[in-house]
Amino acid sequence: MENQLERRTFLNLAAGTAGAMLVPVFGNAIAAEELQSSMPLSLKKALADAALNAATKAGASYCDVRIGRYLNQFISTRDLTVQSVTNTESSGIGVRVIADGAYGFAATNAMNPDAVANAARQAVAIARANARLQTEPVRLAPLGGNGRGVGEVAWATPIRKDWRTVPVKEKAEMLIAANKAGLDAGASFMTANLFQVNQQKYFASTDGSYIDQDIHRLWAPLTATAVDKETGKFRSRAGLAPPVGMGYEYFDVRPEHKIRAAGGVTTLYKGGYDIVEEARAAGRQAREKLTAKSVEPGKYDLVIAPENLFLTIHESVGHPTELDRVLGYEANYAGTSFCTLDKWETRKFQFGSDKVNFFADKSTPGSLGAVGYDDEGVKPKRWDIIKDGILVNYQATRDQAHIIGEKESHGCSYADSWSNVQFQRMPNVSLAAGKARLTPDEMVKDVKKGIYILGRGSYSIDQQRYNFQFGGQLYFEIKDGKIGPMLEDVAYQSNTQEFWNACSAICDERDWRMSGSFFDGKGQPSQVSAVSHGASTTRFNGVKVINTGRKIG
Amino acid sequence: MKQLNQDEAKRICDRVLSFSKADECSVAINGSRNGNIRFARNSVSTAGLNEDRRLVVTVAFGKRQGTASVNEFDDKSLEQAVRRAEDTARLAPENPEYVPVPGKQEFKPTGEYFASTAAIDPDFRAEVAAHAILAGRNKKLVTAGFFTDSTGFETIANSKGLFGHREFTGLDFTCTARTEDGRGSGWVTRSASDARHFDAREASEVAMEKALRSVDAKALEPGRYTVILEPAATSELLGRMFGAFGARQADEGRSFLAKKGGGNRLGEKLFDEQINVWSDPWDKDVPVSPWDTQSMLARQRRDLIKDGKIANLEYSRFWAQKQGVAPTARAGNMIMAGGSKSLEELIAGTKKGIVVTRTWYIRMVDPQSVLLTGLTRDGTFYVENGKIKYPVKNFRFNESPITMLNNVDELGKPVIIGPDEVAYQMVLPPMRIRDFNFTSLSDAV
Repeated sequence: MENQLERRTFLNLAAGTAGAMLVPVFGNAIAAEELQSSMPLSLKKALADAALNAATKAGASYCDVRIGRYLNQFISTRDLTVQSVTNTESSGIGVRVIADGAYGFAATNAMNPDAVANAARQAVAIARANARLQTEPVRLAPLGGNGRGVGEVAWATPIRKDWRTVPVKEKAEMLIAANKAGLDAGASFMTANLFQVNQQKYFASTDGSYIDQDIHRLWAPLTATAVDKETGKFRSRAGLAPPVGMGYEYFDVRPEHKIRAAGGVTTLYKGGYDIVEEARAAGRQAREKLTAKSVEPGKYDLVIAPENLFLTIHESVGHPTELDRVLGYEANYAGTSFCTLDKWETRKFQFGSDKVNFFADKSTPGSLGAVGYDDEGVKPKRWDIIKDGILVNYQATRDQAHIIGEKESHGCSYADSWSNVQFQRMPNVSLAAGKARLTPDEMVKDVKKGIYILGRGSYSIDQQRYNFQFGGQLYFEIKDGKIGPMLEDVAYQSNTQEFWNACSAICDERDWRMSGSFFDGKGQPSQVSAVSHGASTTRFNGVKVINTGRKIG
Repeated sequence: MKQLNQDEAKRICDRVLSFSKADECSVAINGSRNGNIRFARNSVSTAGLNEDRRLVVTVAFGKRQGTASVNEFDDKSLEQAVRRAEDTARLAPENPEYVPVPGKQEFKPTGEYFASTAAIDPDFRAEVAAHAILAGRNKKLVTAGFFTDSTGFETIANSKGLFGHREFTGLDFTCTARTEDGRGSGWVTRSASDARHFDAREASEVAMEKALRSVDAKALEPGRYTVILEPAATSELLGRMFGAFGARQADEGRSFLAKKGGGNRLGEKLFDEQINVWSDPWDKDVPVSPWDTQSMLARQRRDLIKDGKIANLEYSRFWAQKQGVAPTARAGNMIMAGGSKSLEELIAGTKKGIVVTRTWYIRMVDPQSVLLTGLTRDGTFYVENGKIKYPVKNFRFNESPITMLNNVDELGKPVIIGPDEVAYQMVLPPMRIRDFNFTSLSDAV
């Protein structure tokens, strides 16, 4: 389910309702310069070995250790004011074991061999207790290659500029400059925020892996709000640029990072982000929304930009193909799935039209899901989930692979903290680009009565992922092959299978780009993860559009 | 990790305040022990215990603020934390909206600690799960659920002599039961401060009964229906609206409480006159902290909606100062008045209508009208002549709580309902509402 954390701690910003924005607290608040220190590799290995040895000695048949240091910086600004700068750190060790065929997990923030060994023994005791109510023993799929661990290896997000070395002042000034541009262009109010993440993760297991990873992510959401006091009307327009698995070089924008939206209605970004230019567009368009034409409800051909479609993919394709949901492990929280095993077994379940191909990966550079190894030490790969419209696979971890006849894990294991146990999380799930050459402008030429939709808006889907309703940030009328004026009060409502079967054209790879979710929530207690979804501009025929405008007393 | 009592916590706060060289200093200490057990597919999937405590110190030089936190409470660690906060403050940009810390407040205890809840151990949690799992296996149902309990303390203090200490407990339980063929699903939620008011067996039974009764749902045409909404069907809708009572947003023209031409709608009648909503930290069913940690202000009993009129808005300390009014502590609970009838009695008095157990995946579509979308889930039934006739397929709705609270037919007896995505502990009545707007059907069970 999208954005548990966002909605809990960040809801007020996203929904634009109540005022105060709460800062997501990921750990202890620390000073900025402390973000740059790190722990020697030899110490990590010694701690990991202490846990592995203690667990094995206590009778575990398998053990993995994750030593994590999670650093975050969050800057929030409103209009010309810096509201807050928060640096957080959280570090500690989580130990997972299998004993008597059951999982056990324990964690400690004490970084010494005794504490770590103690946590390992606790995990074994918990596994033994859980084994009593367990009906089937845990079966871990073998690792690829020779079946053994990968030895001592390292992986890092390829960044050119580390956010930790950029002065807070420079970042705050950039956000304030964006707000100023938005205000000058027509917004009554602006907010701009910057989330910066560095996860230093060390993984070791009894399979013989010692993996050191350094992962970086950024997100700079902004919102422009325009108010017309005379009519009492207000409208907002959120930023369209994606969160990324990149360094601070994301803000060193070059001309090739800019994409002209169909009809030139706005500028979009790929691989580099001009936040000031985007804020200016947001301010202008928020103002324009106040007088935009309210949509006539009915059926339309939708031309959907990747900046909107990514969330529809996330909710209607990513979540229902998570194997743990399919099996019922999330029944009490996020829900189950309509993509049941019996449908998959037929190899005939028409999820979408034959143009629809979805693949999963955790390796696309710049994506939020990109890692060198998952949280079980598995090297990620790329695999098909929907092939020529047919449901062909799911997303699995080591303990799930055997259920769907896979020889090895898909590499989908993730924990959001050293203190939480890892479990199956969504990789990047993307819609493959169309094979025939097609640009968004060419796509629009064939549409008689349609709407062009950009940006993520309101989103909601049922617990088995059939019925959904999505809004956006920008809507433009398409009439007789031409993009016309801006529309407002638009939401599209459909059924997952119907919607993807209505997919009639996909632009080619020149238009393919990723957007993503920084705070996807799942599990109880809830854990967040970050994931990207790629797509090109895509056309859907005859989708139901409702008018969301209402009058209240 | 050890919980601190008032004297121990006070000594630590005093040390921190004495180390500070800044113009102003505030301290907050939090400690808690959270236990949980999770089950799915009629088996326990995870169980855990987290203990944590943390001290956060915030200092200010003029309008420059800095914050640091620490989890070791010896003098050296405390002093280091203060120095770190001071260093951060010196480098921070000025916040023009900074308001000096508040002076002494009176914090009357609210009775949020219960020994019965603090005593919950792994055996207790395992038994909660076992009730659902074993009863589920017996009835050929598949159960999944989550139980979590917490015991903790919070202490706040500042350089103007403000001091408060509270100890609290709480528990939350949710359980989903599904038929093996996946055609029926039921759910229940229970929250309590006092474990003696929680009955795992009773709760699991409700989920299982709903699962069995919801098999073979019929499809009704979407449209406007009279609905009987259980508190779990309204809490997340109303909670979102209760959270939008900020005076600043209204005065700035970007809330449903903004007035055409400028100003806000304080005092205006926006709802049916049966509607009365207030917050009260001392409420015996949902006691909450006597202060709001962010502002450090004492909470009071405060009306939100009185006889259908907007009775109060929330003023942050900055906005209150700017508008020349008293600031308000953010509320921690919401209590809505109702009648004396049970849910069953409301159903019995319904000619035609739909009973909704729960609403889910609720998102704001338009903050201008507080239009929300979401779906029914885990037990939706058609009622005719006072009787439940048959289960119906789930609906998506697009509806505003403002419209709902203008279409009230009858209110039942209020019950405790814990929050899911919203920020309040609540006491809400089941309600019968006219013309609730279902916009499409969902195949989800």
